[in-house]
Amino acid sequence: MTAQTATTAPVIELIAASKTFGVNTVLDDVSITAHAGEVVCLLGDNGAGKSTLIKVLSGVHTLTRGELRVDGRAVEFRSPRDAQALGITTVFQDIDTFPLMSVAQNFFIGREPMKGRGPFRRMDHKYANSHALEQIREMGIRGVTDGKQLVGTMSGGERQALTIGRALHFGARVLILDEPTSALGVKEAGLVLRQIRNARKSGVAVIFITHNAHHAMTIGDKFTVLKQGKVADQFVQGERSRLEVLTLMAGGEEIDGDDDESSAHE
Amino acid sequence: MPAWWRGAVSKVARAQAFGPAVVAIILYVFFVLVSPGSGFVGAAGTASWLDTTADLGIVAMPVALLMIAGEFDLSVGSMVGGGSITVGLLTGYLGLPLWLSIVIGLVLGALVGLLNGFLVTRTKLPSFIVTLGTNFIVLGAGITIGDAVMHSTIATVETSGWFSELFKGKIGDFDVSVIWWIVVVLIAAWVLRRSRYGNWIMATGGDADKARRSGVLTSRVKITLFVCTAVAASFVGMLEAVKFGTGDPTSGSSFVFEAPIVAVLGGVLLTGGYGSILGVVFGLLIYGISNAGLFYAGWDVNLTQVVLGVLLLVAVLSNNRLRQIALAPIRAARKGLTK
Repeated sequence: MTAQTATTAPVIELIAASKTFGVNTVLDDVSITAHAGEVVCLLGDNGAGKSTLIKVLSGVHTLTRGELRVDGRAVEFRSPRDAQALGITTVFQDIDTFPLMSVAQNFFIGREPMKGRGPFRRMDHKYANSHALEQIREMGIRGVTDGKQLVGTMSGGERQALTIGRALHFGARVLILDEPTSALGVKEAGLVLRQIRNARKSGVAVIFITHNAHHAMTIGDKFTVLKQGKVADQFVQGERSRLEVLTLMAGGEEIDGDDDESSAHE
Repeated sequence: MPAWWRGAVSKVARAQAFGPAVVAIILYVFFVLVSPGSGFVGAAGTASWLDTTADLGIVAMPVALLMIAGEFDLSVGSMVGGGSITVGLLTGYLGLPLWLSIVIGLVLGALVGLLNGFLVTRTKLPSFIVTLGTNFIVLGAGITIGDAVMHSTIATVETSGWFSELFKGKIGDFDVSVIWWIVVVLIAAWVLRRSRYGNWIMATGGDADKARRSGVLTSRVKITLFVCTAVAASFVGMLEAVKFGTGDPTSGSSFVFEAPIVAVLGGVLLTGGYGSILGVVFGLLIYGISNAGLFYAGWDVNLTQVVLGVLLLVAVLSNNRLRQIALAPIRAARKGLTK
């Protein structure tokens, strides 16, 4: 897939990007590229600069040095709205769903389907319910049988999948996922990983931020390991073993406990 | 528990008006049984509680919507009084026509609502405190202005003609305010269930930050609703002033807590994000029925406060339980699968 897309410009690209807050350099000369239909994994331990990088890509922060390009053109985002306008959608860790609202209401929040005209313009509940249900069944979530069902009845993974599905449905071209699998059980994480595969298949550039090397290796095409704001390593699928990646993330130290933890996911 | 039974229970639990409806019906039947031959059931008896319920209901509907959006408005009490003294002062003292006085009263209401809305959304202070403040400001201002201008805090309302019948008219035994209430109920229900705004109200109350990230204009939702509560309160103040013939800045003090109480009795979640208009209608009926029922049964009417207090506590507890049931079925089913 990378070979196929290499001829066109990457959908999103950071070039020699740096970000400082006062005297603190949190990102130092970081370059990453993501083409359409590619899953780019961003790995790193806590404090490696992952969250700052997400915020730069999603328009919350502007760069101190370096360049952000979308479709090969340099851009400067003044707010998350600017990023969204270019189809860059961020799914945050605390999932953007409302438990006491229905699946359909959640799916279409902020983009409600309407019918009728003038003062009788109203939400098209019938369309919303059936359409949201259809989308959710396609994701492989079987527990939902009615678009009117409250989202609070769904599990964390299902809600995460719903959020990703919603972003795809509304035409996201770049999907930034902040630790979408870290709080989930094995089966739940599988549901989310399947959604990421769907996104890749439909030509979306996915930036997958995680500290779970196993999930990253399962799904990623390209990998960037961040350490204290710098790129510690960059490689493509198959070039490194999971143990090498884990060692890189931990900063070259021996790790015993982590391997047990990640093998539990297999 | 068989699956169909669990399904039925969860469906009923999700119908948010179910609990309040059952309570209202039980109370009604109870008071019918304990007050035989008192006229509680007749048209006059029904009007006696439906009229006061309607006045409260016109204010309680927007207050409920605002609570679903996650905010309180305690200034409605003094806004009722504000509307009341405005129409009294303008018609009785200054001799302005009623229609003009009412327009001015509604505009003043909208201004207070805007003030509440901007203070809450800009300062991020709890609306409980902000509107408690404006409640006293409006109340004090109403009394002070009345006293300074007329050397009295109560004004006689001068009305005549068909226009005033829109406010003090009668339809059989019932006040015309019942019609106003029904109109407000229909609008509120339409807004919450049918309009895009209703979706936004629920989301704003559910989690304002997430709602904003999803593209909901949360500040606009809140400010609009603050304007609606203040305008509705001012309107009821004017309606009652025309009905009773006097404008009194203190007349609405009971609304401050009665409006949120009937919303909670109707199943509105105190923290926002959940509630239905039909539920609040039954919450209002609970309030009206227990109020009049005690009177017709020949018991001490002061017991109403006790009854409302007990019902409020029961409502909060049972609302939590019903919500848990509404959110439970899939989890239960999944547990069954994985075992």
